[in-house]
Amino acid sequence: MARAVTNRHKVIATIAAWLIAFVIFFPILYTLLTSIKTESEAIAGFSLIPSGTFENYITVQTRNGYFKPFMNSVVLSVGSTILALIIAVPAAWAMAFSPTKWTKEILMWMLSTKMMPAVAVLVPIYLLFRDFGLLDTRIGLMVMLTLINLPIVVWMLYTYFREIPGEILEAARMDGAGLWQEIVYVLTPMALPGIASTFLLNIILAWNESFWTIRLTAVDAAPLTAFIASFSSPQGLFWAKLSAASTMAIAPILILGWFSQKQLVRGLTFGAVK
Amino acid sequence: MGSITLNKVSKSFGEAKVIPSIDLEIQDGEFVVFVGPSGCGKSTLLRLIAGLEDVSGGSILIDGQDVTGKAPAQRRLAMVFQSYALYPHMSVRKNIAFPLKMAKMDKAAIDQKVADAAGILNLTDYLERRPSQLSGGQRQRVAIGRAIVREPTAFLFDEPLSNLDASLRGTMRLEISQLHNQLKTTMVYVTHDQVEAMTMADKIVVLNRGNIEQVGSPLDLYSSPRNLFVAGFIGSPKMNLIEGEYARSKNAKTVGIRPEHLVLSHESGLWTGKVTVAEHLGSDTFLHVEVEGIGQINARADGEFGARHGDQIFLTPTETKLHRFDDKGLAI
Repeated sequence: MARAVTNRHKVIATIAAWLIAFVIFFPILYTLLTSIKTESEAIAGFSLIPSGTFENYITVQTRNGYFKPFMNSVVLSVGSTILALIIAVPAAWAMAFSPTKWTKEILMWMLSTKMMPAVAVLVPIYLLFRDFGLLDTRIGLMVMLTLINLPIVVWMLYTYFREIPGEILEAARMDGAGLWQEIVYVLTPMALPGIASTFLLNIILAWNESFWTIRLTAVDAAPLTAFIASFSSPQGLFWAKLSAASTMAIAPILILGWFSQKQLVRGLTFGAVK
Repeated sequence: MGSITLNKVSKSFGEAKVIPSIDLEIQDGEFVVFVGPSGCGKSTLLRLIAGLEDVSGGSILIDGQDVTGKAPAQRRLAMVFQSYALYPHMSVRKNIAFPLKMAKMDKAAIDQKVADAAGILNLTDYLERRPSQLSGGQRQRVAIGRAIVREPTAFLFDEPLSNLDASLRGTMRLEISQLHNQLKTTMVYVTHDQVEAMTMADKIVVLNRGNIEQVGSPLDLYSSPRNLFVAGFIGSPKMNLIEGEYARSKNAKTVGIRPEHLVLSHESGLWTGKVTVAEHLGSDTFLHVEVEGIGQINARADGEFGARHGDQIFLTPTETKLHRFDDKGLAI
C-alpha cells in the first residue's frame, strides 16, 4: 500500500514539475515560434502554428548585422568577468582568511549597492562617461559591467574560500610557500570549481545586462541586448523580427548554460547543501 | 641542530590573555610533549613556535637565532596537523614533494627524497593516489612524510593522533617514537592525552591556563608532581587526593596516593571500604571503593584479585609513596 501511494505521489510530482517547467519555458518557446512566423501572422493573435519561414533571420542579419553585436557581447561579458575575477579573488581571499571586525559590514555594504535602483545614478554615470569619452566604447562598458557584478562575484568567491580549511593554507605556509605560491598552488586549485561557476554565472549576468548596455552604447560597442532593443523602432514593432533577434541573442547563452548546468547548480547551492 | 628557546613569550587574543608569560628551553634532539586540558594554551604555544600566530610579547629563538618576526617558511620547521591538512587536489607523491618544490629543489633530487620518505612510511604503493582514497592512518603518514622530506630543524605535531581510532593510535604512537629514534630531530608534540605524553616524551611540559605547571621527564612527573594539578593530571587512573583528618595526621592539607600504591586485602588493612564498581580488565582490576572516613578511593589490583560490587575489602597506602601538599596545593 505504502508503495502505491509513493508511486502515485511521484507521478503527481513529476507532472507538476513538468507543468511548472513548461510555464516557465513557454515565453521562450513562443519567441522561437514567433520568429518563424511572417509579420502578419505574428500580429494576427495567439497561434502555436507558424508557417516556418526563416526570412526574419535573414532580414535581421542583412539589415542590422548580427555578428558585430554578438562579438561585442562576447568581448564584454568575458572581458568584464575576467576583470571582476582579477579584483575579486584577492579581495575574497583577504576577507575569508584574514577577516577584520568590519569584514561582514563591508560584504553587506557591497551587496547593498545591488539594491540601489540603477536609474538613480544614470545621469551622473552618463555624464562621467561623456566627459571621459567612454560613451559607446567597449572598454567603458566593460568597466561598468565589472563594477555592477563585482559584489556578487566577491560574495560567491568569499563563500567558496570560506569552505577551504584554514589548516591546509597554514600547512602550505609551513611547507615554505609564500603568499603568491599559496594562492597559485593551493588556494586556486582547491577553489577552481567555485571560481569556474562564478565565472559562468557572471558571463550570464553580463550577457543579459540591458540597462547600462542599452543606455551607454549606440553603434560601436552595442551588444546583443541593444541589438534586440533596436527592433522596437518609432516606425512600430516588428514582432517576428524582434523574436528572431531575441532568439539569436539568447541562443549562445542558452547553449552555454545547457552545457554548464551541473557547474552552475553546484555553484549556486555551494555551502547551502553539504 | 634544533634547539628552541622561549623567552617570556606571551599571547593575547584581544582582551583574553591566553599565555601570560612562558620561559622554556627545548634541547636539540629532544622529544618534548606539551600536555594539558583543552583550552590550556598548548596548541597556541605550538602555533607561536611555528609562526602561524604572532607573539604579543617576548621572543622565540631557534638554534640561538631570533625568529620572532619571521614567517613560518623561514623558520625551517615542519608541522603535522590534527586534520592532516593534506592538499586534496594533489597525489600523495605531489603532497610529499610540495615543500621540496617550494624550496626549488631539482626534480631528480625530489623524486629520490619522496621515494625515501615513502619507503620509511610504507607509502610506496600509494604514491599516485589522492588523499581522499586513503585511510586515516595512511593520511597521517602522508602528513608525516611531507614533514620529514624537507629535513627540518624540528617537527611540530598538533594532536596528530586524535582523529584516529584507539588501536591505530597505539600503532602510530609507536611509529612516531621510532621515527624520532631514527631521525634524532627535535620534536614538539601537543596532546591532551597523558598516555601519549607519558609513552613518547623525553620531557613533558604540563600546561594549565597558559602557565607551565611543571617540566620534567615522564617518571619525574609521575613520582614527584610539583603541585596538585600535575598530581591529578599525570597518571591513569588518577591519583586519589585525600583531605581532612587523614591529611592532617600527615601534616598536610592534601595527601595524594596513586591507585597502584594501595595494598589490597580481603582480610585486614588500614582502611575498610565497600566496592562500588569493579572493572576487570584481565591484566588489572580497577576498583572504586567507598572508604569509611575517607571517601571515594580508586584502587588498582592485579587481574586475579577477586572483588565484586558490595564486597568489603581492606586497603593500606604504601607509606613511602604518599604525596603531601600544603594549603597552596604545592608539594611538601
